[in-house]
Amino acid sequence: MIPTDEKNMLIMRRPSHELAPMTRIQPSRGWVVELQLNELWAYRELLYFLTWREVKVRYKQTVLGASWALLQPLLTMLVFSLFLGKLAKVPSDRIPYPLFCLTGLIPWSFFSNGLSNSANSLVSSSNLISKVYFPRLAIPVSAVLSGAVDFVVSLVMLVMIMAFYHQSPPLRSVYLPLFFFLAFVTATGVGLWLSALNVQYRDVRYVLPFLTQFWMFATPVVYPSSLLSEPWRSIYGLNPMVGVVEGFRWSLFQTIEAPGRMIIISSLTATLLLIGGIVYFRRMEKTFADLV
Amino acid sequence: MNDFAIRTENLGKLYHIGVLQKRGGLYSYRSFRETIANAVTTPIRSLRTRLSGAPLQSESQRSKIWALKDISIEIMHGDIVGIIGRNGAGKSTLLKILSRITEPTAGYAEIQGRVGSLLEVGTGFHPELSGRDNLYLNGAILGMRRAEITRRFDEIVAFAEVERFIDTPVKHYSSGMYLRLAFSVAAHLQADILFVDEVLAVGDYRFQEKCLGKMHEVSSSGKTILFVSHSMTAIRRLCNRTVVMEDGKVIVDSTSQNAITEYTVGKAGTSFIERGSRDGPFISKADLKLEDRTIWLSVEFQSPYPVTDPVLSFAVYNSLGAPIFGTDNRTDTAAPPAKPAIAGRFRIAIPTNNLRPDCYVFSLWFGDYFTDHCAQEMVLRIDLKEDVGGGLPTQDYGNVYLHTRWTFEALKTD
Repeated sequence: MIPTDEKNMLIMRRPSHELAPMTRIQPSRGWVVELQLNELWAYRELLYFLTWREVKVRYKQTVLGASWALLQPLLTMLVFSLFLGKLAKVPSDRIPYPLFCLTGLIPWSFFSNGLSNSANSLVSSSNLISKVYFPRLAIPVSAVLSGAVDFVVSLVMLVMIMAFYHQSPPLRSVYLPLFFFLAFVTATGVGLWLSALNVQYRDVRYVLPFLTQFWMFATPVVYPSSLLSEPWRSIYGLNPMVGVVEGFRWSLFQTIEAPGRMIIISSLTATLLLIGGIVYFRRMEKTFADLV
Repeated sequence: MNDFAIRTENLGKLYHIGVLQKRGGLYSYRSFRETIANAVTTPIRSLRTRLSGAPLQSESQRSKIWALKDISIEIMHGDIVGIIGRNGAGKSTLLKILSRITEPTAGYAEIQGRVGSLLEVGTGFHPELSGRDNLYLNGAILGMRRAEITRRFDEIVAFAEVERFIDTPVKHYSSGMYLRLAFSVAAHLQADILFVDEVLAVGDYRFQEKCLGKMHEVSSSGKTILFVSHSMTAIRRLCNRTVVMEDGKVIVDSTSQNAITEYTVGKAGTSFIERGSRDGPFISKADLKLEDRTIWLSVEFQSPYPVTDPVLSFAVYNSLGAPIFGTDNRTDTAAPPAKPAIAGRFRIAIPTNNLRPDCYVFSLWFGDYFTDHCAQEMVLRIDLKEDVGGGLPTQDYGNVYLHTRWTFEALKTD
């Protein structure tokens, strides 16, 4: 028995059955990882707070505040409309080019902001990672989620601009949340890969702008996918953002035809990316506190 | 055996130092370039180790360090255990592993109960957010539910004494207010097991007293606490058991008083001999003897060349490492001047009639008038057992007893 000071022996001792179950801490071995999704659910309040913190802080002390969420796609749209729509005369599936472009830019902005926020999320939260325990998955996920608010706000703006062009959203716009979800899954999947890689290889921060730029041109944001002919079109669908953007346009405009096969391929790729991302992230998680 | 709160068995943590590699004088993280180079030269092996998350051995000459080795301890519910040791002993690493922030390399640990880790105050605080927002955020990060935080909101703000400023951004707070708020959130955490890592090391005296008081309150409610600190007074006040760590191992696990004495005093004995010789003047022999209520300190020095003005200074510390008394032969008016010599001996008589029972440790310094030549810190120890008066515990009333005279007269009888 370890000797203890007499005077402190009169400490209240709680019976053990009142307490939480036993946690075992040991080195993880081998290939199998526990996905920890139920633990993430248990920490959902923290996920909410982290997202809320991101959103609240993002536009503090800026003059324009939350309207930056609108200006970013709007100004980009104006530039593209001028140079690609008017000058280069890029076709736009019988929709006015500015509208065509904006409908692509809004989900795209959510995706690319989600990517850049989540890629750097672990490294910038190094103080949290090295001092507190919680499922680390919450960090990149909340980084992507924080873009949801911006997304909703710019969607409202989109509807107003559509009204300006005398277009109203058809009934099938109820499918919009589905495509948003697909974008979220893709952004989270890629974000998990990037954030985990970034902890060990800081190159990711420099590769990311190039990657995003390239990815945007591989997605039908500024041009219609109808420019591609059939075998290429399905391969093109391997880019999950193709499914998102085309699906988006389809749900908002009567004139577009259903993208069908592309969406299925996109969803599959997105799911694979997400699962792969979670697995890789969980494998690398044990090294985060030591490397970040 | 379900009585324990925490149990570890051969817990170990290995760090590969050299993750930051030096290349041409610049430190850099592992880069894609290096990974690709490895992928080309040893494709299968590097792919396998890369996917398993382990670092690749050949990538650099990595040296290893066991930050923790073979830690096997058992802590019961309600124990308040102090963890002390030099910097780099592995105390924070142990807490990090038990808080699941980092993974052990060997062994395992079992924890029963909800854990709250206070490894730092103000984790997650964002300067742009208000005190209220940060309170919620920090509480959520520490594991409190939102409803719980709301319920204790007023209590937390009152303890921190920042009621007036709760809605201003934290970047406008003074450092004291910041600390008080951060500590207050952490102190109201409802966990069964608390890990506290030196969070009392900051703040002014009043704040530290407040924190200690709160910790005391928390500890008497039956929680299990693991408390890492460099403040021996805090350890003694709060902990009923203390563990001393050194180089990743537990070297003492005993009552707080014993552990602190061992830590402070270490390997000191009543005599000291320096074997071999050194380039300059050095202390060759020193010892302590207790005779007739006097401590006789004898210190001998040797030198390859004559020391023109030998100066010996010594300091006496109590078992907590606090200084009690010190002097040297230059400034002490009772000391006769020392003569130049190649070897010499100082004999000092220190009366003990004002010292309470305790273990006293001596540090010695030797030099000539202008230079220090040799320092031997905490090198001798002596235990005083005889009570010189007062009869009160030394730790609570100090080591010095002044023979005071008392008178009493009744000023009014009814």
